[in-house]
Amino acid sequence: MSEKCSVIIEIQDLSFRWRPDGPTIVALDALHIERGEQIFIEGPSGSGKSTLLSLLAGVTTARHGSVRVLDRPLERLSGVERDHFRADHIGYVFQMFNLIPYLSVVDNVVLPCRFSRRRRDAAMARDGGLEQAARRLLAHLDMADDELLGRPVTSLSVGQQQRVAAARALIGSPELLIADEPTSSLDADRREAFVRLLFDECRDNGSTLVFVSHERSLEPLFHRTIRLADINRAASGDAAAA
Amino acid sequence: MAILGLAWKSLVNRRFTAALTVISIALSVTLLVGVERIRSETRSGFANTISGTDLIVGARSGPVQLLLYSVFRIGDATNNISWQSYQAIAQQSKVAWAVPLVLGDSHRGFRVLGTNHDYFEHYRYARQQPLAFDAGEPFDDLYDAVIGAEVAESLGYRLGDSITVAHGASDVSFTRHDDKPFRVAGILQRTGTPVDRTVHVGLEAIEAIHIDWRGGAPMPGARVSAEQARQLDLTPKTVTAVLLGLTSKVATFRVQRFINDYPQEALSAILPGVALTQLWDLIGIAENALLIVSAFVVVVGLFGMLSALLTGLNERRREMAILRSVGARPWHVFTLIMGEATFLTVLGIALGLALLHGLLFAAQPLIEGRFGLAITIGMPSTYELLLLGAVLLAGFVIGIVPAYRAYRLSLADGLSMRV
Repeated sequence: MSEKCSVIIEIQDLSFRWRPDGPTIVALDALHIERGEQIFIEGPSGSGKSTLLSLLAGVTTARHGSVRVLDRPLERLSGVERDHFRADHIGYVFQMFNLIPYLSVVDNVVLPCRFSRRRRDAAMARDGGLEQAARRLLAHLDMADDELLGRPVTSLSVGQQQRVAAARALIGSPELLIADEPTSSLDADRREAFVRLLFDECRDNGSTLVFVSHERSLEPLFHRTIRLADINRAASGDAAAA
Repeated sequence: MAILGLAWKSLVNRRFTAALTVISIALSVTLLVGVERIRSETRSGFANTISGTDLIVGARSGPVQLLLYSVFRIGDATNNISWQSYQAIAQQSKVAWAVPLVLGDSHRGFRVLGTNHDYFEHYRYARQQPLAFDAGEPFDDLYDAVIGAEVAESLGYRLGDSITVAHGASDVSFTRHDDKPFRVAGILQRTGTPVDRTVHVGLEAIEAIHIDWRGGAPMPGARVSAEQARQLDLTPKTVTAVLLGLTSKVATFRVQRFINDYPQEALSAILPGVALTQLWDLIGIAENALLIVSAFVVVVGLFGMLSALLTGLNERRREMAILRSVGARPWHVFTLIMGEATFLTVLGIALGLALLHGLLFAAQPLIEGRFGLAITIGMPSTYELLLLGAVLLAGFVIGIVPAYRAYRLSLADGLSMRV
């Protein structure tokens, strides 16, 4: 079913607050993202970015309105179902500190396959093995060096860590890749290179990229930009609360 | 399960603190199982002290006291049994054998026991094991002595050596029977019982060395030489205790009643097994207390693990968020911490057992030599397995605390990175 639909994310009449009596953090009338799009979500801190990403990843759900990812209304799934859904369909890259310190580079990359049979099967089918899949993705992200792969992840540079995180988010070809300010800890000249690598891999994987950042310089690289401050009705009045 | 692999790798990554936790659990397990092992070995060694004897007879007193002086050579008899009473008992139709025991003297801290050849024939320890000679044979001459294995070892005696007996039980006694020295005629094999610490001589010998004594001191001016004593009547006038073997077990209570009701003298007959149990109940309290203390040491060890895991949690919230982002459920996070607690406990138990066996292996000859306690090194007993199971269960239960906290944190934090 998910193969057919062309809309990957559809949000309608969404309103979210952390506590019933707390301030509304996110209030969106509508948001559509098509399959295969590379979307730049731009917003200053306090515009409700983190909350929106939590809603998209199914970690939290809205009381009002609907968040449909791959045609699935997340608010109607149970916690366990949403965890399964995230494991199967979503790759996630954090701003920094993406890696489990006690796992090797390759073990970090194959981690999602330990929680999702679907992604494990996809990686096996494509590359013949989990380690091969990890190595292919790492090689595409300029991390082919065996010496580099043998090092403890904590000794990698921030840029290298982010590329390992990207490989992890992409393994097993999840339909949706969410990147939460993944370049903010990188040097300015490395940001664009990182984004271009991410584009290539998303295209290769057939993944939709939702890229959240406040770096307007990256904006022209994307298909489309969504300015959260403009569409989030809650952000204008109460920006500091997010 | 993949999450347990993660738990293991996370422990290996924090190997230093993990090792400290494991060591503290291991030491407490070593203590717990070690105390239990020694306890059960002492208990069985204790029960093995005397067997094959149906009744022990002495002057009227409590069973424990009678057992203590007649078998364990601890303390003194309040009163003796007259030779006539001994003979009357020995001649009972149901009595198969009656071994007289005379106590009171000592040799360099070891008790001297006066008895006869029947002792070597009928005394049994452990599972009906008779006494065996390492060298020599039972006393033949009046001034022959047969010494226990520990006496021989600690004093370095060989066959033919000459020894003198001191009057009374004290090593520093100034009153010695040095006019009538004994010759070591036999050395017994080790038994792990008080026999090892005993110097055995004939009943007549005891009589002979006291023949010129009155009221605990040599009579001035009336010395009887060793050779002169041989010519005199050395039939003892009293004995301290008697070991009885009966023709049938069924007769035990009848003979016991006969002795307890013996009209000419106030006597007691006790069943060795019952008295051993009573005595054990008395001293077993201390060992129980020791076991309880070691159990608390285990709890302290496990609380060390609890605090190590709990303190680690705050630094690990980022790790939890990463796991959640790749699809781990809060339940996985719970299992991760639970797995770590279980690994730590299991490793602690394994290391503790290894440590205990290493220690026992090293100390076994020493313990056996010093205390006559043969500690078996082998698979844990059922009760020990039960104790280890309890430790594992306790580790599991204690692991629930940090695991549940991690579970709550990961639910609350979601994907937010709290550093």
